Amino acid sequence: MRRYRLWLAIILVVAAVAAWLSLPGNPGIRLDLDGDGEYEVNREIKVVQGLDLQGGSRVLLQAAPGTSYDDTTMEQARQNVERRVNGLGVSEAVVQRQEGGRIIVELPGVQEQAVAFDAIKSTGLLEFVDFTNISPGQYAEGDCILTTGQVETAEARLSEGEEPLALTDYTCASEDPDVEPDRALLNGNRPFTTIMTGAGLADAAPVIEGQIGTSWAVNFVLQGGGEGVDSFLQYVGSHSNQPMAIVLDGRLLSYPTIQPDLASSARAGTMDGGIITGSFTRDEAQVLAAQLKYGALPIPLDIIAFDTIGPSLGEISVERSIRAGVIGVATVLLFMLVYYRVPGIAADLALLLFVVVNFALFKLIPVTLSLPAITGFLISIGTAVDGNILIFERMKEELRFGRSMERAIEAGFDRAWTSIRDSNLSTIIICMILYFFGSAFGASAVRGFAVTLGLGLVINLFTAVLATRVFLHSIVLLSGDVLRRRPKLLGV
Amino acid sequence: MFQFAQRRKLYYLISALIIIPGLIAMVISTIQNGSPVLLSIDFTGGTLMEVSFVEDFDEQQIRDALNAYGLEDIVVQRLDPIPTDNIEGVHDAAGSRWQLRTKEIENIDNFRDHLRESLGEFWSPQSVEDDPKREAAITTSSVSATVGREVTRAALTATLAVAVVILGFIVFAFRRVPHAFRYGACAIIAMFHDILITMGVMSILGLLFGWEADALFLTALLTVVGYSVQDKIVVFDRIRENIPKHRDEPYELIVNRSVLETVHRSLATQLNAIFVMIAIVLFGGETIREFIAILLIGLVSGTYSSIFTAVPLLVSWEKGELPFVNRDAKRLRHEAPAAG
Repeated sequence: MRRYRLWLAIILVVAAVAAWLSLPGNPGIRLDLDGDGEYEVNREIKVVQGLDLQGGSRVLLQAAPGTSYDDTTMEQARQNVERRVNGLGVSEAVVQRQEGGRIIVELPGVQEQAVAFDAIKSTGLLEFVDFTNISPGQYAEGDCILTTGQVETAEARLSEGEEPLALTDYTCASEDPDVEPDRALLNGNRPFTTIMTGAGLADAAPVIEGQIGTSWAVNFVLQGGGEGVDSFLQYVGSHSNQPMAIVLDGRLLSYPTIQPDLASSARAGTMDGGIITGSFTRDEAQVLAAQLKYGALPIPLDIIAFDTIGPSLGEISVERSIRAGVIGVATVLLFMLVYYRVPGIAADLALLLFVVVNFALFKLIPVTLSLPAITGFLISIGTAVDGNILIFERMKEELRFGRSMERAIEAGFDRAWTSIRDSNLSTIIICMILYFFGSAFGASAVRGFAVTLGLGLVINLFTAVLATRVFLHSIVLLSGDVLRRRPKLLGV
Repeated sequence: MFQFAQRRKLYYLISALIIIPGLIAMVISTIQNGSPVLLSIDFTGGTLMEVSFVEDFDEQQIRDALNAYGLEDIVVQRLDPIPTDNIEGVHDAAGSRWQLRTKEIENIDNFRDHLRESLGEFWSPQSVEDDPKREAAITTSSVSATVGREVTRAALTATLAVAVVILGFIVFAFRRVPHAFRYGACAIIAMFHDILITMGVMSILGLLFGWEADALFLTALLTVVGYSVQDKIVVFDRIRENIPKHRDEPYELIVNRSVLETVHRSLATQLNAIFVMIAIVLFGGETIREFIAILLIGLVSGTYSSIFTAVPLLVSWEKGELPFVNRDAKRLRHEAPAAG
């Protein structure tokens, strides 16, 4: 019996740790190993909710057809997308690379397609353009302007043997897909000269412009010694009272006139930044700032799928799933108790342990809890007792054959083990297959289900067999002769 | 003693009564939609949208609005409004809630604006006073034809993989059993019985209520198949164990005894799973309801077919009642050697 005491101790420790991890206000694991006041190990422990519970949007990006990519450029693209998304202020966005040059972006809380797309997709080519001798009013905000920078970028993207586009054939994409794209305007018969691109900026941030705060602008800081910064300073310094255009993805944002004092500060070398106006909304300013800060993507990416999930459904779903879970577990606990009596108590304890350990692992790993994931967990609860049922039915048979209680219990566990192992194993394999099926973007709901159900089955091998056995032995030891005299308590 | 194996013709009839309407529904569905069950955009590609409006409309008004956007082949379905009882600060339920299914819409924002212009404001669980940044209760999902094709391919691969695993599992489980092929075949026939019932019910529900088979439907089907085969193996295992113990008894009696011995386990296990699933169907999140319902139907069918399809089939086979396969069965009766 000493063996069981050791196991009981181990199980109690596991239960205590799992219960601590499951507590809603868990502070996380923080270890200060060398005592310098900084945590070397700092793991937050919390429930990660799936997008279907939080609300938000999900975008699938793919490297544009015909572009070549490798691991390095895809990773770079992923990091750029991630930085842009984080720059938008979206908390807990998920940006993941997938097979076949794909990137999945999950944006909790973002509902508008335009915001999501702008942040992720647009190449964000910002140019400061030579507008010498252009008079105010000659061009309007939003005009499509062709620059040397755009021509260079386009030609760099040409694949081998492809003819470069004629200067008169450049267009700007329109926001409305039904409207013909604008033809780009030329300066005479040549593109306008790009002085500096967004690559010369060190930082950018959205700021409120004007007093009411309805209009936004973007503040930028130059990068000392950055690409094109010298030409930029030179242009500003020598073009007092002349306009300079700011062009984003070929569209004219504005072309403010350079004030004399700005020109002199550029000459004196004290100019370190400026402001881009263009009567933006807050979202637009935020997107632009993020794009300036984090640069263009190394590979053009196409958006091939887009989902949004309204937030209200998720909120209701969480509450309902919890309620359904509690009712389901309570029914199973009650059933086991009524049907199997004393062994049922052991099974119930094991089931509670199962729930706590599962939940702790969800937080620790962490497993993203979507609705299908929660469902997989609930179903694993329903089938978790299968092992116990197999054992107890065997046990009853052995008792009916007239075996002693102790031997019946041992026999029940030993003989049922192969069945339990086989049935769990086959479902675990099916879960693995489902997990791979779920790696297809459109089937990603399946993945959560497969993970929680599979995890449940693995944990079940431990709780249904080992934990139940230890619990049952402890109960038998504690109860002394009572059980022996009343086989009814064993459900016979 | 309850006679599981003796009344087998009755059980075949009951199965047939459920499967045949399902088969008819699948034929009708194939003629109407080109597939035995209604396929969701997961497989076909397209846009699926769930939207709540402040006001109430009839279906024609919704259709008109979609037609005006140039959408032709559309599926419109009225849904129950989102229950508002347990969201704080919500006063009024939505006037109406709809599920719209169309070909892929590329500019969702544009489409939303169009809906708002033609049908009025979207309903939101928060009122404007409570939350100025309130969000409309809209869920959209767009799948391009390419992604749809990929999911279909992944689905076929997964199905094939599960089939291989189950076949392997059956071969392994019956590797030292006499007439292993017979047991394996009965388990597989019973498994197809479960697949047919699940698909048939799904097909009927598709025709009646527009239930669509998505990636989760396939998941339910594959999970059911896994559980179903396990259940059969437990029962067959017991038959195999009992044959040498009761050599003097007729096969039917041995089978009946074995079923009785394992039926507690089967029922107790399935009951627990069913408790949990019913709890989810009744009290759980709504988006998952169809998935669980299909899982539940499949599971019940799996339990039924273990006792009332697989086992009777085994007896029929033994007694030479099956067409085509029974030339040598009578000869083999009572010849079962000691089990391993």
